[in-house]
Amino acid sequence: MSIPGAGVHRRDFLDILSRHGASGLEGDVAQAIASLFSKYSPDVHIDRLGNVIAHVCASDTATPVELRPRVLLTAHMDEIALMVTEITDGGFLRVTETGGFDARTLVGQEVVVHGKEPIVGIVGSTPPHLSSAKDRSHAATLADLYIDVAMKQTRVEEFVQIGDRVTVRRSPLSLQNDRISAKAADNRSSIAILLECLASLQELKHPVELHVAATVQEEFGMVGARTVAHHLQPDIAIAADVTFGALPGQAPHESFRLGYGATISYGPRIHRRVFERLRDTAVQLDIPYQIEVLNNATGTEVDVLQVVGNGIAVGLVGIPLRYMHTAVETVDYADIALCGRLLANTVASFDHAFVEELSCY
Amino acid sequence: MLLKSLTEAFGPSGFEDDVRNVIRTELRETVDHMETDVLGNLFVQKLASQDNEQRHQLRVMLDAHMDEVGLMIVHIEDNGLLKFQPIGGVDSRILLGKTVIIGKQRVPGVIGFKPFHLQSREENQKVPKIEDLYIDIGVDTRQAAEALVARGTPVVFTTAFEFIGDRAMKAKSFDDRIGCAVLVEVLKQSVPLTVHGVFAVQEEIGLRGAEVAGYRVQPDIAIALEGTVCSDGVGTPSHRQATILGAGPALTVQDGRTIADRRFLDFVISVAEKHDIPYQLRRVKAGSNDFGAIHQTREGVIGGGISVPVRYIHAPSQIASLDDFENTVRLVRAVLTEIAAGGFQR
Repeated sequence: MSIPGAGVHRRDFLDILSRHGASGLEGDVAQAIASLFSKYSPDVHIDRLGNVIAHVCASDTATPVELRPRVLLTAHMDEIALMVTEITDGGFLRVTETGGFDARTLVGQEVVVHGKEPIVGIVGSTPPHLSSAKDRSHAATLADLYIDVAMKQTRVEEFVQIGDRVTVRRSPLSLQNDRISAKAADNRSSIAILLECLASLQELKHPVELHVAATVQEEFGMVGARTVAHHLQPDIAIAADVTFGALPGQAPHESFRLGYGATISYGPRIHRRVFERLRDTAVQLDIPYQIEVLNNATGTEVDVLQVVGNGIAVGLVGIPLRYMHTAVETVDYADIALCGRLLANTVASFDHAFVEELSCY
Repeated sequence: MLLKSLTEAFGPSGFEDDVRNVIRTELRETVDHMETDVLGNLFVQKLASQDNEQRHQLRVMLDAHMDEVGLMIVHIEDNGLLKFQPIGGVDSRILLGKTVIIGKQRVPGVIGFKPFHLQSREENQKVPKIEDLYIDIGVDTRQAAEALVARGTPVVFTTAFEFIGDRAMKAKSFDDRIGCAVLVEVLKQSVPLTVHGVFAVQEEIGLRGAEVAGYRVQPDIAIALEGTVCSDGVGTPSHRQATILGAGPALTVQDGRTIADRRFLDFVISVAEKHDIPYQLRRVKAGSNDFGAIHQTREGVIGGGISVPVRYIHAPSQIASLDDFENTVRLVRAVLTEIAAGGFQR
């Protein structure tokens, strides 16, 4: 089902995956994304909280400005991170988290400590030679972890202070079938979806005033999406975020196959007409898709976007991702390209009549 | 760069081919004889720089093992995921979320883990068993996997060698590529007496290469050059700190396979002090090195182990000190010099 080679932003995706952007410290990632957005819009800016917003004007200018649908697409660019809480005797770092880690997956990982300068560290582990049977049956908790930066304590204190962020260090790895494994594929994958969407949209005539936003601090509490939506007051907002890739031992309704297309979400927090338009567009253009049903919270920016201001008609798309919140989050680029195309065609299909009907029940 | 090419080479126990080739290339111009045996050990001989009187006719063997801990594919699931078992001592707790390279075709793969969001509280507090983990290479069927890997294919971690921190280095397999590097450095310079260098196979699965290498070389004195346990991290009581990073080469007192030969240990200490080279005594009994097998060959062999401390040994990313490495090379050279000068009395 995979379509290797599809999409035009694979290299840019690998670049933004390699960058570090803890929630609240998205600056480097934001700059890179702003420069990529600039290929598609002369109007790109980084707002007060650090969100990157590109404005794409209607290409079909026959529609008067006041009748043009105002559409917002969002994807968060931040990644889960750790935060230094203590510099111990011997110069090791103790940490807490900003974002949900499984501490067990951090043992032995390489990390970057974002102090005065970025410093490479390793999350310590006890060698098997010195572990008792009791040690070996102990699953690491966050409190057990320490980071080794291979410097003396006095030198560590020159570079690092309490509150400094720590992110996982991992070069993206290309697997078979156009699959890519990396840290922060949640949710840089969706940044790539936005880029693919912008590329596809260039070939479509549409009456939509579109804003595309790479948002901050989703992993902390969806801060960026809230303020962007408040500022722009769109008629329709569609968030792109990753969902669970199928693996043995997972419930079927939380398992989506890599390489089988984008996921389109359905549930009470999602506007049914936006959902239908996404699905119908996929069917019409023969774009493969998978339906994700969410009985309540989506765990994505949709949860805040829906209730901003007078309320927004929201939709949710995404792609399946394996091993979420580990250092080897794995996605299929074919899904990203397909999702971008689906988004572009859906956006291009919106018109004034569609917007009018969104409030008719 | 020697340490980079050695640590990044692919070579779990029984599959040391790449490491052997790196070493052969490094030493081709500088040693007098090279051969391999039936197990795959690489023997190199370097003759004394001048026709030293060789007063005591001592036959000196220096050993370092080429193999590293790794994994082996033991089963391919219908869904294309690969089941594995360890080669050597690998704690399942350091495998989660790591990247690997599989076999001769160097197929990249990842050891993923169930997302945090989907775990129950009980699941989250358990140590996963190796049997519950798998490697994902990005295929969905057994057939697609079998085009790239087979049962029995060996696996290593993907870690790149880098300098980090203050005069420290990060890599996989410092155990024992750092010992190999010490031996290569010693053999690249002129030596005061004939050295029988052994790059041994299969240390991690029971010192198997060293056992036959000791028999073949029949040394009077043998020294195993190792990367050894360093556990000076947070919360480790002093007596459990096997070695300290940066405190110099570590000398074995007693490990799982060897009670140090006191005559030789005292000699090495006196050499270190005479040449003003820092050293430390390895403070735990756990673990072992090739000398554990070598000293029990034939009628017995005198000697010991000189090791470079390695933090997070047997894990994907290990740390060693450049100072310790350089001081280990210095100490081994000084020991050879003093033996040649007749300083060691049996």
